[in-house]
Amino acid sequence: MAEKIVYKKPESLTDRIFSYCWGCGHSTMHKVVAELIDELGMREKTIAVAPVGCAVFAYDFWDFDTTEAAHGRAPVVATAIKRVHPDKLVFAYQGDGDLASIGMAEIIHTANRGENLTVIFINNTNYGMTGGQMAPTTLIGQKTTTSPAGRDPLVNGYPFKMAELMAQFENVKYSERVKVTDAASVIKAKKAVKKGFLNQLNGAGFSFIEVLSSCPANWRMEPLEAKKHIDEVVSKYYPLGVFKDIK
Amino acid sequence: MSAGKQFIKGNTAVVEAAIDAGCRFYAGYPITPQNEIPEMMSWRMPEAGGTFIQAESELISINMVFGAAAAGARAMTTSSSPGISLMQEGISYMAGCELPAVIVNVMRGGPGLGNIAPSQSDYFQAVKPGHGDYHMITLAPHKLSEMYDYTFDAFDLADKYRTPVMILADGLLGQLMENVELDRSRKPALLNAPKPWALTGASGRKGQRIVSLLMQPGALEKHNMDLNEKYNIIKRDETKFELTGTEENPDYLIAAFGTCARISKGVINLARAAGIKIGLFRPVTLWPYPYAALKEAAKKVKKVFVFEMNLGQMVEDVNLAVEDSSKIEFYGRPGGGVPTAEELFEFIKGKVK
Repeated sequence: MAEKIVYKKPESLTDRIFSYCWGCGHSTMHKVVAELIDELGMREKTIAVAPVGCAVFAYDFWDFDTTEAAHGRAPVVATAIKRVHPDKLVFAYQGDGDLASIGMAEIIHTANRGENLTVIFINNTNYGMTGGQMAPTTLIGQKTTTSPAGRDPLVNGYPFKMAELMAQFENVKYSERVKVTDAASVIKAKKAVKKGFLNQLNGAGFSFIEVLSSCPANWRMEPLEAKKHIDEVVSKYYPLGVFKDIK
Repeated sequence: MSAGKQFIKGNTAVVEAAIDAGCRFYAGYPITPQNEIPEMMSWRMPEAGGTFIQAESELISINMVFGAAAAGARAMTTSSSPGISLMQEGISYMAGCELPAVIVNVMRGGPGLGNIAPSQSDYFQAVKPGHGDYHMITLAPHKLSEMYDYTFDAFDLADKYRTPVMILADGLLGQLMENVELDRSRKPALLNAPKPWALTGASGRKGQRIVSLLMQPGALEKHNMDLNEKYNIIKRDETKFELTGTEENPDYLIAAFGTCARISKGVINLARAAGIKIGLFRPVTLWPYPYAALKEAAKKVKKVFVFEMNLGQMVEDVNLAVEDSSKIEFYGRPGGGVPTAEELFEFIKGKVK
């Protein structure tokens, strides 16, 4: 019987084994991105910008051109790369501390300028890499190492809804929030990122994809419990859906 | 702007030098006294086929320059002292990632918001820049033709050593207008030199990365040692200075850079008229500092006068070079104070009696 290959590791992934925690959404999203870049035939024409945070090592796993960026600055590093190489697929991949806290100015101005690039925003409601501190996205009442009594909105403010915020800017073409908790949601997430990439390749402008991602280690949950937490709690505050889609 | 003699500002010379050197990416944020540079770049860069972005902060300027440099472009930003403080983040990343770029600092008075008068109070933050164990090549022009020449040369230096280079000017050099003859016949030697490390898309090759994060045990230590080896080559090959007035076997020496060196040339004329023979040692590179040359020059004089528009920053390096603090006489004007030649000459007279 002839062999039929139904699945193989994307060429856009290196042989490096993901070093992320069990149940972390980063591994899933790294693979989703790599699959898409293969499918779009863009491995040799992609330049990615990695954040500071858990995904700081993204460049160890992706086999296309990648640079680091200082904490929060990924969108402006990506801006310059795209301006120098307008024919390349350029994206920034950032976490919530990176994008919504220290890099808030960078993401807002990049979106407002309408740079023709794609930003993938992984929201796991805390600073994962540094041990689970409160992020701008930490849910009300959520306990973290710097909000041991739970996030108090009167003291710490309310969690930022970035996908909705991005949709406010005239120059933003596409903003969607997805999650990665099961096969169906991963397929949806992939579709969203694909749309963001295609927008860019078609010269349409700035696309923003927020991904609700689990952090079992810092949430003190089992991986499956963390997925369920996204389905039942996190996505209640952060509703899934398309907030902007300019044809 | 054409070649030949013209009446221009120092800030204009910086723009034209960058264009002539093949700089095709500029990001900058408004701050006095360097605003002519982003203003002019906003039309000059597109005219030359390059990219101008008005960044929304100096953090954004420098990180855009990081991205453009990573993508292989000749990139520049400019600012003045408080803005340079913000840029220290990106400059450190570029040093760590070995990315070439040119940063022009048109210094003003500090600390804090300070004022907008010319100052030399950023000597420290140029030659002893931000976090981590690294150095930044720093060139100090003292006249407008050098605003052009040093900026032009900075791009080749940055590419040659894959390192950020700072032009340390000040509000006087930026704002001053004078007749200046620019040599615009030169071609940047390394403009078309290949940059195999740059991110251009992994065409026919594995993906490559630009990183300064080295977590494997010993990896960062080795990286620092490699950087240091590069710095040692720069010290050996790129240290530059100007020594004038030594043919008269002077009894005294002035050590000054930038605007203070310019004023010191007037001081030397006043001194000569009064029968006091003084030479001038002007470091062109503030890092690497010309220690050996200054040490040699200082051996032949009774005193070394150090003049700065700050309260004593370069004088620390003069001390290291001269190795005899009893020989050193310092006079400085902080906070935007610009000394006159007469004022400096009075100081000298008081010390040589």
